[in-house]
Amino acid sequence: MQEFSFGQLSFLAGELVLALSVGELLLIGIFVSKYGASIVRYASIAVLLIFAFSGFILNGTGSAFNGAFISDDFSHYVKALIGVTAAITLWFSRDWLKRENLDQYEYSILMIFAVLGMGIMVSSGNLLTMYVGLEMQALALYVMAAFNRDSLRASEAGLKYFVLGALSSGMLLYGMSLIYGFTGTLSFAQIAIVLSGQESVNMGIVAGLVFMLAGLAFKISAAPFHMWTPDVYEGAPTPVTAFFAGAPKLAALALITRLITGPFGEISQSWVQVLVVLAVMSMIIGAFGALMQTNIKRLMGYSSIANMGYALVALAAGGIAGVSGMLIFMSIYLVTVVGVFAAIMQMRTRDGALEGIADLAGLSKSNLPLSLVMTALMFSLAGIPFFMGFFGKWFALTPAFEAGLTWLVVVALLASVVGAFYYLRIIKTIWFDDQAHTFVKAPRSLTLISSASALLLFPILLLPFVTAPARALIEAAAASLF
Amino acid sequence: MSIGLEIGLAHYLVVAAMLFTIGVFGIFINRKNVIIILMSIELILLAVNINFVAFSAHMGDIAGQVFAMFILTVAAAEAAIGLAILVVYFRNRGNIAVEDINMMKG
Repeated sequence: MQEFSFGQLSFLAGELVLALSVGELLLIGIFVSKYGASIVRYASIAVLLIFAFSGFILNGTGSAFNGAFISDDFSHYVKALIGVTAAITLWFSRDWLKRENLDQYEYSILMIFAVLGMGIMVSSGNLLTMYVGLEMQALALYVMAAFNRDSLRASEAGLKYFVLGALSSGMLLYGMSLIYGFTGTLSFAQIAIVLSGQESVNMGIVAGLVFMLAGLAFKISAAPFHMWTPDVYEGAPTPVTAFFAGAPKLAALALITRLITGPFGEISQSWVQVLVVLAVMSMIIGAFGALMQTNIKRLMGYSSIANMGYALVALAAGGIAGVSGMLIFMSIYLVTVVGVFAAIMQMRTRDGALEGIADLAGLSKSNLPLSLVMTALMFSLAGIPFFMGFFGKWFALTPAFEAGLTWLVVVALLASVVGAFYYLRIIKTIWFDDQAHTFVKAPRSLTLISSASALLLFPILLLPFVTAPARALIEAAAASLF
Repeated sequence: MSIGLEIGLAHYLVVAAMLFTIGVFGIFINRKNVIIILMSIELILLAVNINFVAFSAHMGDIAGQVFAMFILTVAAAEAAIGLAILVVYFRNRGNIAVEDINMMKG
């Protein structure tokens, strides 16, 4: 039994800041009527950034509450990414929400709750912490999906997300109960010890592990558990979709990584097959499902399914190389996806927001900067060499190749060729079709974020003095798990 | 009269597995009403609770029962949010039949 000491609280300083400030912000939102929403938003952005960097600043590694809460280089890195993406998506959603009459302080509050849940998920060292973090994040996200209360599509998206999300937590829990029953403990470290002592793996543990992975696959929208993704992406308000596409995916992937390297690291033969099946199906369904889409948010939904497939390929390879490949891939993906949604939110005429791919027709004639940004983002998603997206895929697939999963890499390459078709089709619509609309002038936050993201995707980042520290950071994060 | 009538761990696990299966099928086969889906979700969570409590009592380890209390609490929050979303949906759509949740294909 580890004694509790207040020093341990420094490991969860970021989460404490979120949890303590969210109550204050809720009160500000209720009692300050005029600028309440704005005050809460900017304060939330500040709080989210503090959360993001608290791990790196305090730099404490260890565990609190009897190992239930782990703080290591991996959790610091992932939390920094989650906090920064959440802060950025909260910042650029302001204008969109204002124009749709949705600018309410609850939006920021829900986002903080979701990020708090993600922080707990990423740091969990115990099945109970993992469950509480996951549910905290999921419950906030259900409400965010249905945030536009007067829209039928948004409430339908919220309902679908809720039903399938609740089913997935049910499966996850059932898996946890089996793991608990057959190992006799909830702690990740104890589970690892119990499993390393067995010469053959118990069927109950394998079943529990498969149930848990299925539940988590729902959260990262890996096929065959992807049904909710296109609908929720299409129906939810666009800033919410921008948030969904980034931080929660990374948090759930980080949780999977922690599970397969920590408690179940000894029985890799039981989960590699599951991850490979999930990866192959995600890549194929993501690539072919997107071909016929006309709504760009729906298309991004399928694109995220395919991209989760690539991340799972890296995880299936295992080892430090696999985990750092996943982290590099996801970092680049987050930069891209934030930019893409900032660009999508600029598609607005006087009559309202547009979401069709056809609405982008002839954009190059009316809005050259946005077309250039969109082109760079799509080239990067397609993985055209010398955009960062190419290097993301490179680092995700190389470990799998080295681990002898050659056929998996071949499937991934074929899927990304199919994927290139629909990304390039958007570029073709922008540059070669007749002009459809003239968009109204976009707010500065959106143009700034989308251009910044497009610029980051140019391989300037490959310059050695940027790459070396970034790689060192990611490799330290990956190595801290083993 | 103890001819295999002793109720042991396996019996509880079988009941829980059956409840879990009924819950999952309730979500996918039910074509009528969203409320039934919410009930199925509760069924799944309660099946898990039976599992946890049975394992906990069998091993004499209290952690499983603590977990069951957490699940009960979260299930209450989950039901509240689910019903809230359902009310919002009903206001926009006018009914809650499962086959009418089809504004977006898929």
